[in-house]
Amino acid sequence: MFDFLSTNSFLIAQIGIVVVIWIALQLSAAVMVYAERKVAAYLQQRVGPTRVGYAGLLQPIADVVKLLLKEELRPAAADPILFYLAPIISATAAFAAFAVVPFGGSTTLLGLLTEPLPLHVADVNVAILVVFAITSMGVYGIVLAGWSSNSKYSLLGGLRSSAQMISYELSYGMALAAVLVLANSMSLRDIVNAQSGSLFGIPQFRWFLFFQPIGFLIFFTAGIAETNRAPFDFPEAEQELVAGYHTEYSSMSFGLFFLAEYINMVTVSAVATDLYLGGWWLPLVPESWGWLAFLAKISVLLFFYIWMRWSLPRYRYDQLMAFGWKVLLPVSVLNLIATAAGVLYFGL
Amino acid sequence: MLFYFFAALAIVASLLVIAQRNPVYSVLLLILSFGALSGLYVLLDAPFVATIQIIVYAGAIMVLFLFVVMLLNAPHEETDFDERTHPMLRPGPMRFGAVLALGLIAELAWALARSAPRSTFSNAPITSVAAIGRLLFTDYAFQFEVTSVLILVAMVGAVVMARREDHGAKR
Repeated sequence: MFDFLSTNSFLIAQIGIVVVIWIALQLSAAVMVYAERKVAAYLQQRVGPTRVGYAGLLQPIADVVKLLLKEELRPAAADPILFYLAPIISATAAFAAFAVVPFGGSTTLLGLLTEPLPLHVADVNVAILVVFAITSMGVYGIVLAGWSSNSKYSLLGGLRSSAQMISYELSYGMALAAVLVLANSMSLRDIVNAQSGSLFGIPQFRWFLFFQPIGFLIFFTAGIAETNRAPFDFPEAEQELVAGYHTEYSSMSFGLFFLAEYINMVTVSAVATDLYLGGWWLPLVPESWGWLAFLAKISVLLFFYIWMRWSLPRYRYDQLMAFGWKVLLPVSVLNLIATAAGVLYFGL
Repeated sequence: MLFYFFAALAIVASLLVIAQRNPVYSVLLLILSFGALSGLYVLLDAPFVATIQIIVYAGAIMVLFLFVVMLLNAPHEETDFDERTHPMLRPGPMRFGAVLALGLIAELAWALARSAPRSTFSNAPITSVAAIGRLLFTDYAFQFEVTSVLILVAMVGAVVMARREDHGAKR
């Protein structure tokens, strides 16, 4: 038994990472629910949840228990197979996308392992495309939920979602391409390591954010649209569509959509951190503690998400389409051309 | 082993696509079939082509398909002819489709018979993105550009067809 442990410690650590990521993603959703309620409350001069646990810290757990105990309902006219398949697709895609996102440098776990272990679930040399592919699969969860519910509000939500995703994926991809040109690689780990050089005389500070400020704005805006968050939350616009694509869902099937939305936010923030904010590189922080820096950067981006939701009103639907096709897409194409020219003529 | 799994999945899913009455299920099964194809590309050591297959076909094009199917909201295919009639005696579009299908089969048979002995297209397998890019913009530059012109024509055509209805209407 102990022989097995010592000879296969690397494999066990690798499996450990998978389990840790799986649990951490679920916990991140719980933390986000709490953060969202608290931040929203403070933005509106309330105090938010305070009753369950210290300062309301156990509120998300109470929420989950409530969801689990609710009755599972299905409209009589709904499509029985697709109605249950839709939330599963959403949640699976959300979890799977994180599999190729590296979140730290190599570590030996304080000397427990003989060789350093790189912190990621899988290192694929086209990682960034894999994230892109899996997120594009996640749309089906929402679209099918909208269609299979056989309700007009759900259907409108699903239709809006598919149109919105197609419109914003283009700008998303174009913003990405500029980073790929800068880093000369499609592997997320290579892209992060390309940002470890020094800038303004500060080591580990050559973040692509400083070369791609416009690209970062485009990427994050499109990311908000992709995750259906306010001000782009049209698929579930409460004032117009009751609850949009998940109007007819109850209990944990609704919970899965909820989970998927928060995990998608975490993934978009993690990818944005890897692409633009130097991943786990932070001045003065050694590589083995980089994952803490990574966590801190993600938290800042996630706070931005919440901040934005409670500060900005929703756009009109035609404004969203016009903005995506007539502003975001041309700007992102110009950004790509400018970046390519910069790399070619100035060797950025 | 995995090859047979993905190949069988692709074939079964494709067959089920035409066997479905509900177009939404057809679309979903087609996505499954694309996914299986992508698995085959991974087995062929072409992860780039595999992900592009998912992004372009399963991700972008099929979302549009699903969008259209949902907008038309056609839960079942309409069959306005007698089920028992012989396929060749059914009305126009079906007969045309049968002719096209026969043409495709003939073409496939011809192509397979012609190039059967060669299993690889070049000496070295093209796996890296850089290699694919270099080939596209040097050896296959002409075909690449012609394809883009073709897509441009299709786009212009689509815009013209969509615009035509607006002629009389006030803006």
